[in-house]
Amino acid sequence: MPANPNVGIVIVSHSAKVAEGAADMVRQMVGDNVPLASVGGNAEGGLGTDVAAIMAAIDRAWSEAGVAILVDLGGAETNSEMAVEMMPEERRERIVICNAPIVEGAVMAATEASGGSALAVVRATAEELMSA
Amino acid sequence: MQEVTASARLINTVGLHARPSVKLTQLAKRFAARIEVATSAAGPWTDAKSPVKIMRVKASQGEVLHFKASGADADAAVAALIDIVERKFGEE
Repeated sequence: MPANPNVGIVIVSHSAKVAEGAADMVRQMVGDNVPLASVGGNAEGGLGTDVAAIMAAIDRAWSEAGVAILVDLGGAETNSEMAVEMMPEERRERIVICNAPIVEGAVMAATEASGGSALAVVRATAEELMSA
Repeated sequence: MQEVTASARLINTVGLHARPSVKLTQLAKRFAARIEVATSAAGPWTDAKSPVKIMRVKASQGEVLHFKASGADADAAVAALIDIVERKFGEE
């Protein structure tokens, strides 16, 4: 099977349930033609985020077209930034963290990605939610 | 360039809610044509390929969706969009 050419989506929440629920919405509303991974909770299974787990999620959703990450609160963003920093250099430029609400942003980014749009367009669509 | 226009009434129960909006934009993106949607023939017109903008149209059941498209595959694009509206976005 050829690799999926569409931009991948990674959902990073403090809560595994929130992350899984957001991913469910993407799957049901947008479909299966976008690489998708969700991750939530810290290494102990509590609320929080974990850099290694975020890196693994980026790997699962990896696409040569790049990966757009949606995050919830503070630590999800800083740990996602750290995860991106720790990715191989040739991949870093193809990973973006979107400034968008996690659920709506994931659905909108995935919708854009499902049409084959480039990473910058996918990010812009998610971030368009922040403008009135 | 020739502009293609057509309209269809929203007959599905929820109207242009989240899921139908996603389906409409996904379908529009399959065509190269520039495609716009409005709830009035006088506009304002919204880019049919923008999921965020289409969701903000918030058209309800019973409202008429007007489409206009221009480009090589504009005819096929408008026909496909009218079809998905009339098929209730394949959801009912």
